[in-house]
Amino acid sequence: MAMNYNAKDEVDGGPPCAPGGTAKTRRPDNTAFKQQRLPAWQPILTAGTVLPIFFIIGLIFIPIGIGIFVTSNNIREIENPSKECEPYRRNEDKPIAPCGAIANSMFNDTLELFLIGNDSYPVPIALKKKGIAWWTDKNVKFRNPPGGDSLEERFKGTTKPVNWLKPVYMLDSDPDNNGFINEDFIVWMRTAALPTFRKLYRLIERKSDLHPTLPAGRYSLNITYNYPVHYFDGRKRMILSTISWMGGKNPFLGIAYIAVGSISFLLGVVLLVINHKYRNSSNTADITI
Amino acid sequence: MEREPAGTEEPGPPGRRRRREGRTRTVRSNLLPPPGAEDPAAGAAKGERRRRRGCPQHLADNRLKTTKYTLLSFLPKNLFEQFHRPANVYFVFIALLNFVPAVNAFQPGLALAPVLFILAITAFRDLWEDYSRHRSDHKINHLGCLVFSREEKKYVNRFWKEIHVGDFVRLRCNEIFPADILLLSSSDPDGLCHIETANLDGETNLKRRQVVRGFSELVSEFNPLTFTSVIECEKPNNDLSRFRGCIIHDNGKKAGLYKENLLLRGCTLRNTDAVVGIVIYAGHETKALLNNSGPRYKRSKLERQMNCDVLWCVLLLVCMSLFSAVGHGLWIWRYQEKKSLFYVPTSDGSSLSPVTAAVYSFLTMIIVLQVLIPISLYVSIEIVKACQVYFINQDVQLYDEETDSQLQCRALNITEDLGQIQYIFSDKTGTLTENKMVFRRCTVSGVEYSHDANAQRLARYQEADSEEEEVVPRGGSVSQRGSIGSHQSVRVVHRTQSTKSHRRTGSRAEAKRASMLSKHTAFSSPMEKDITPDPKLLEKVSECDKSLAVARHQEHPLAHLSPELSDVFDFFIALTICNTVVVTCPDQPRTKVRVRFELKSPVKTIEDFLRRFTPSCLTSGCSSIGSLAANKSNHKSGSSFLSTPSSDGMLLRLESLGQPTSAITSNSYSSQADDWASELAQEQEPDHELRYEAESPDEAALVYAARAYNCVLVERLHDQVSVELPHLGRLTFDLLHTLGFDSIRKRMSVVIRHPLTNEINVYTKGADSVVMDLLQPCSSVDARGRHQKKIRSKTQNYLNLYAAEGLRTLCIAKRVLSKEEYACWLQSHLEAESSPENSEELLFQSAIRLETNLHLLGATGIEDRLQDGVPETISKLRQAGLQIWVLTGDKQETAVNIAYACKLLDHDEEVITLNATSQEACAALLDQCLRYVQSRGLQRAPEKTKGKCRSVLCCRSTPLQKSMVVKLVRSKLKAMTLAIGDGANDVSMIQEGMQAVMASDFAVPKFRYLERLLILHGHWCYSRLANMVLYFFYKNTMFVGLLFWFQFFCGFSASAMIDQWYLIFFNLLFSSLPPLVTGVLDRDVPANVLQTNPQLYKSGQNMEEYRPRTFWFNMADATFQSLVCFSIPYLAYYDSNVDLFTWGTPIVTIALLTFLLHLGIETKTWTWLNWITCGFSVLLFFTVALIYNASCATCYPPSNPYWTMQALLGDPVFYLTCLMTPVAALLPRLFFRSLQGSVLPTQLQLARQLARKSPRRHRTPKETSAQGCLPKDSGTEHSVGRTVSVPLSQPSWHTQQPACSPEASGEPSTVDMSMALREHTLLERLSAPAPSLPTFSLLNWISSWSLVSRLGSVLQFARTEQLADGQTGRGLAVQPHSGRSGLQGPDHRLLIGASSRRSQ
Repeated sequence: MAMNYNAKDEVDGGPPCAPGGTAKTRRPDNTAFKQQRLPAWQPILTAGTVLPIFFIIGLIFIPIGIGIFVTSNNIREIENPSKECEPYRRNEDKPIAPCGAIANSMFNDTLELFLIGNDSYPVPIALKKKGIAWWTDKNVKFRNPPGGDSLEERFKGTTKPVNWLKPVYMLDSDPDNNGFINEDFIVWMRTAALPTFRKLYRLIERKSDLHPTLPAGRYSLNITYNYPVHYFDGRKRMILSTISWMGGKNPFLGIAYIAVGSISFLLGVVLLVINHKYRNSSNTADITI
Repeated sequence: MEREPAGTEEPGPPGRRRRREGRTRTVRSNLLPPPGAEDPAAGAAKGERRRRRGCPQHLADNRLKTTKYTLLSFLPKNLFEQFHRPANVYFVFIALLNFVPAVNAFQPGLALAPVLFILAITAFRDLWEDYSRHRSDHKINHLGCLVFSREEKKYVNRFWKEIHVGDFVRLRCNEIFPADILLLSSSDPDGLCHIETANLDGETNLKRRQVVRGFSELVSEFNPLTFTSVIECEKPNNDLSRFRGCIIHDNGKKAGLYKENLLLRGCTLRNTDAVVGIVIYAGHETKALLNNSGPRYKRSKLERQMNCDVLWCVLLLVCMSLFSAVGHGLWIWRYQEKKSLFYVPTSDGSSLSPVTAAVYSFLTMIIVLQVLIPISLYVSIEIVKACQVYFINQDVQLYDEETDSQLQCRALNITEDLGQIQYIFSDKTGTLTENKMVFRRCTVSGVEYSHDANAQRLARYQEADSEEEEVVPRGGSVSQRGSIGSHQSVRVVHRTQSTKSHRRTGSRAEAKRASMLSKHTAFSSPMEKDITPDPKLLEKVSECDKSLAVARHQEHPLAHLSPELSDVFDFFIALTICNTVVVTCPDQPRTKVRVRFELKSPVKTIEDFLRRFTPSCLTSGCSSIGSLAANKSNHKSGSSFLSTPSSDGMLLRLESLGQPTSAITSNSYSSQADDWASELAQEQEPDHELRYEAESPDEAALVYAARAYNCVLVERLHDQVSVELPHLGRLTFDLLHTLGFDSIRKRMSVVIRHPLTNEINVYTKGADSVVMDLLQPCSSVDARGRHQKKIRSKTQNYLNLYAAEGLRTLCIAKRVLSKEEYACWLQSHLEAESSPENSEELLFQSAIRLETNLHLLGATGIEDRLQDGVPETISKLRQAGLQIWVLTGDKQETAVNIAYACKLLDHDEEVITLNATSQEACAALLDQCLRYVQSRGLQRAPEKTKGKCRSVLCCRSTPLQKSMVVKLVRSKLKAMTLAIGDGANDVSMIQEGMQAVMASDFAVPKFRYLERLLILHGHWCYSRLANMVLYFFYKNTMFVGLLFWFQFFCGFSASAMIDQWYLIFFNLLFSSLPPLVTGVLDRDVPANVLQTNPQLYKSGQNMEEYRPRTFWFNMADATFQSLVCFSIPYLAYYDSNVDLFTWGTPIVTIALLTFLLHLGIETKTWTWLNWITCGFSVLLFFTVALIYNASCATCYPPSNPYWTMQALLGDPVFYLTCLMTPVAALLPRLFFRSLQGSVLPTQLQLARQLARKSPRRHRTPKETSAQGCLPKDSGTEHSVGRTVSVPLSQPSWHTQQPACSPEASGEPSTVDMSMALREHTLLERLSAPAPSLPTFSLLNWISSWSLVSRLGSVLQFARTEQLADGQTGRGLAVQPHSGRSGLQGPDHRLLIGASSRRSQ
């Protein structure tokens, strides 16, 4: 099939009758864009032009790294030795609430911390259950089913996930932290990214500036062991950690910044040497075959 | 309408040969009532009637429909076509995999989105293209045309689309034929008309067409109503040079139809007032449309390389998926027994076996990692190429003011090939030269007339031209306005000088302009016309004239002249009449200067001839030759010769003499017509300037030359030629035969009866090599013979001199025939004409019998000036490392001279000349050559660098041989080649078949634009595209790498930490625009530097930007970067309470920033568009992320990325990671780039630095090129260091300095052993072109170079002068033949090793 029979040729080449018509030339517009003359910044990558960048990176990164490192080191940690619904959608002909594999595998150990005082009566440390989840998760994303008086009635007709000990409406006594809006549950539902992960469990509130939050002394940790990990060689830890603007303790960023900054600085020095050595040549750069 | 073979009567014997099973088409007039029931098959083609009768109609009407789709068929058809692309099938397959529950990685609908997006873009583009085709179709279909209406009994205006086969169409001057039309009537009294076929084949000279025999004799106006004949002709085919058929009149008489009777759609009627014809083929059955195969989609070399790398990517993808699958299987197997909490069984509670899990994992991985095959790559490449084509088209410096045409790209997808060309094949005449033939000097009877005044005149034109050139083309960047103005003023001057005539009928704009000014004539610029005669010769001519005027009524007037003067006279008569030039009068273009003579009934037998010939009462003067009867049929065949100057159809014409044509008798000639015509002649003002319509510029040049000597051609009819001399008055020669020029005989002849002597003379004009061999042998015994011999040797010397000056030489010779000889020859000629078999061969033999025993009159030297800027262009192209082959039909000396003139050869180069008359000789010569070069090579071993054959010049090649050279080269070498030609004579060289006639890849207005096209645009296109392709590979590999590394942390479960939305749209939305802008706009080296340093072009030839090595480096870097971009966030968030997507989103952000910074390193020029698109990409990403993460708290179930980005924006660690990771990832690349830029800069980097260092110097390219030399100071600055520190540069650096100057061009011979090999093939027998091919192929010299391939063709942009065709070789780089290692180094490989062995 003649796909491109050049129509324009036929038409344009047609009777050039109209003598009055001004000859419209096909001269292309002489604009910077069409003629590819747009003004442009033309960086050239040579040792001479690039080495400042390396030094700048070095000079910026190393202090940042030091800052991060120091901040991270101020964070004190006390370590204690420690998808969609299918196939967990229905159990015993009742829908599972909450359904799904993630919910099913929710961490359900109970941890209690006691300060063992002089009188050898362990004083329980108040662990705040609320405030550990994202505000948006708790207030926007997760909602309890509507209607009914008690939570139990609202979850009527559902069954608990297979691995759970308690149904969802019995997670907490506080109605604002029960059911789907239980913060332990919400935290668990934010799937961890990596195999080794932490989950925020509880907050230890500082009462006043006068008293240390956790005064020096002996503490005991009471663990209600519900969550088995040993048969897949898993480990559990409980970490008591202060938090700062950059989250928990992780010296990596600081070290990385210092490292990258140093490497960059070093490369800058290398380029400086090279630039010194080859400056003549690049000044007289010429094209040869 | 189209009958089966059984029912067909063969129109004539020749038709039998090639017709496919005798299938013919029968055409009748639509004006007739439909034929009776006895012949239902052959019906009229009129639409209404057809419908009424309900008879199925197979003939196409004239509606043009080039659209592919209708509204309904668009979707299925377009999708069907798109799925022809493997890539699309692949992507759809992947997307569909998502619908399989077990392996789905993404939401099925979402996964389809990118594929649909890509398909939609392509579909939209196709739709738009189709719409523009539809619009142009519509425009063409609604062109007007006069069609005879049965109802109104007159011609009425109809649209083109309403024309049907069998309609009668009337066309006026300068109109375009709407369909293939059989010419039935012409306003020309001889029944001729002229057409310009530029739309079809690019040839701008006029071609003659003839009214069908039997109709030309009609004097009264042709009345379509009386047309009752039936036309039988071939079925539609695409052979432009062939048409056969016959017309059957009512009385059962038949007449043959030939190519000369057919007016092809798309051609333009010229110089003829009006014609009437019947439509034979319409619409898509016309030859023009059958020849048009649409745009060609070639695959560029780069693209093939890219596809190869895509396959690597596929392999990589499969490997990664396999690895992952195995990993997942092991992971499952390991935890199978342990029933861990996180283990998710299948829905029925059972657990998958590790193997099944691995299989599923494999498929899922393929989906997840599909991004590795860049879905956006193909679309991006198309966009970039479209933009490149746009920019090339828009380049104002490729715009030719003179022809008002700019460069045109026809092939849309091979722009980058222009940057990798290695060989250029060029025609000479019309391509390198202007095709303005100017009479320069001549020699008559052994005396040379140097025409010094003429030479000076030409020199003045040269100056004027060069001034003009200085003003116009180069000023590009500085002040365009000013230069336009001055340029136009120059042209105005020219116009006024030029009596408003025009050089060529070239471009349509020119045609328009010319037609506004006056009727235009080809080859009649003042330079070609106003020849200054040589005073000596002028004197001799007028002496002849005078003495003949005195002696005209004596018995032997010529005998009164001395032999020399007699020769002079004959020489000029020959110049004047030995051609096919048609005389027209500019002010009355509608009627030729013409006196109608009494009808002469055709001669059919020798007896007839003799009977008529004897009572000769010939006189000079204009109107008293009435009694002479000329042989009508002979004239017919003569004219058929005239109109077929091309090589192939030369002797094709066959007269079917079996059918007497005397049926058309004289009765139709009315005396009134004669009177009317005579009156016209009377009215003819003598001072009107006559116009010469020549088919070739040489002819025009000679006629103009003769006119300068007052020997004026005043009219040419089919049977007579009139020449006017000042004293003698008008001499009318009876034209008995014209044996047209063909490229095999290389000569043409006319047979005339001389009015003064009443003798029959043969005047022959032809190439000296041929004519000199045909001369009458002269005995050295008698004085005359000795004299003749002397004259010949003198003439030969002058011929050599002319050739050495680069002139085209022609010999003029004469032969006097006795009546008996003539009668004898005529008989055999008529026999040859009537012979049904082999008549071409017989006619050829017949011509040879006539053109023998010639008497040499003289020789002419015609100058064909080089086009502006050709030497500079060639010199630059050679510096750019291109090997230029010129294939020409000129004689060796001429060609060599021109080659020197245009810097194809340098004087300090070694030229190896090969002349051979046979295969064996040629082989032997080559063998010698080889040994010679070998010995030289050994001596100069240290100096040899890369001296291959620098340029090759093939002379004396006929078009057929040209095409054989090209074919051979194509089959033996595998390199990127480009063929350029102007279409007039290069069709057979360049075209691949008829299909290619109308499709070239690029159309260039002038040869010199080739330089900018290749060196600038070609380079840019290549480097842009290469870099973009590499970038895409990098981008996708790096992105997929991130996903892959994550698999190590998720049990190879094919989960992704990157949200599926980002995953799917990342390539398409966030990271696609900046590379596109870079791919379109990046200028790796500024334009002026590229042009002043053509050697930079070599980077493209050597594929420096995109080699397999580069590709793998690129991939390695991508892997490294992905590792960095993965591990830094990993470590930064290690053992934290980060969730999957809060961790994945920073990674996407990091990846995006890394891509942009990477692109920043690779982008050489940052225009505001680059900044904007980069900024836009980042903004778009964050906007989309924020909106998406805020849009729905519970949607997108698996990911649930609600508020992630918002939370991240409040997290300092996010910023800290995003700042550091891209820097860390790109440090190595940046470091190595800059290191390499300093320590081992490539040529391109040097050029960039140079441009940067001396911006002012390069901002004025005009000055630089005018001075021809690069900055002087660079030589001194150079001083130390460079050569020491840069191993890449060769010791030759210092001598390269002048290489930028066209004047001091060429590579120094001390460095390159540059050889120019001239290949001269002379075929002994024209009938044996085939043996020459083996000659070539035996010689393996070509095969050891690297490659050449097919070429493109000429034409299409019909009126532009040249086209180039960039093309790709069929294979990749060729391994040097190891068997030839005996030849030292690469230099000499060209000269065959094996060939000698093989041929001996």
